Amino acid sequence: MNKPSRTEKIRSRLEVEFNPTALEIEDESHHHAGHAGAAGGMGHFRVRIVSNDFKGLSAVSRHRRVYAALAELLKTDVHALTIDARAPGDLSG
Amino acid sequence: MTAVERIKEQLASNPVLLYMKGTPDFPQCGFSAQTVGALRACKAKFAHINIFEDPEVREALKSYSNWPTFPQLYVNGELVGGCDIAVEMYQSGELKQLLAEVGAVA
Repeated sequence: MNKPSRTEKIRSRLEVEFNPTALEIEDESHHHAGHAGAAGGMGHFRVRIVSNDFKGLSAVSRHRRVYAALAELLKTDVHALTIDARAPGDLSG
Repeated sequence: MTAVERIKEQLASNPVLLYMKGTPDFPQCGFSAQTVGALRACKAKFAHINIFEDPEVREALKSYSNWPTFPQLYVNGELVGGCDIAVEMYQSGELKQLLAEVGAVA
């Protein structure tokens, strides 16, 4: 019992890596039940993150940073991520 | 040919290329379907590779592009992004502009 949920594992990785000023994680796995990728028990998650670390980076670079931070979880817990990563003050991710 | 050689050849011969799960008419993943939808909404001429048909390319592409998920959209051999970036660029008009620049809008 009290094993950290997948959402908590994602949250703690992103907090350590990016020191975000805003962070929301939603488990959307239920939207995808029955789909091939959900079969192995790995989840779909939506991440919204705002951090100074993303300042000046292209969208591809910001997403790569998030994927890199979660690389281990992508092997075991996470099948798909929807990412919205931006720097404070950016209007679009 | 090795998987990386196949990837390089595919990217060199297709100005707009989508690596996806399934095909544009029968996508096998919601994210691939959304990306096809964004391209079609731009009237884009694009090629696709169904990664389920070439597991070696599927694995090799993740490290080649330093991007762990699919779909992956390439324009002139450069990774544009996955579904989130493609859809956002569609909404802002940037996707159509980029496709027009490479002559890939019907």
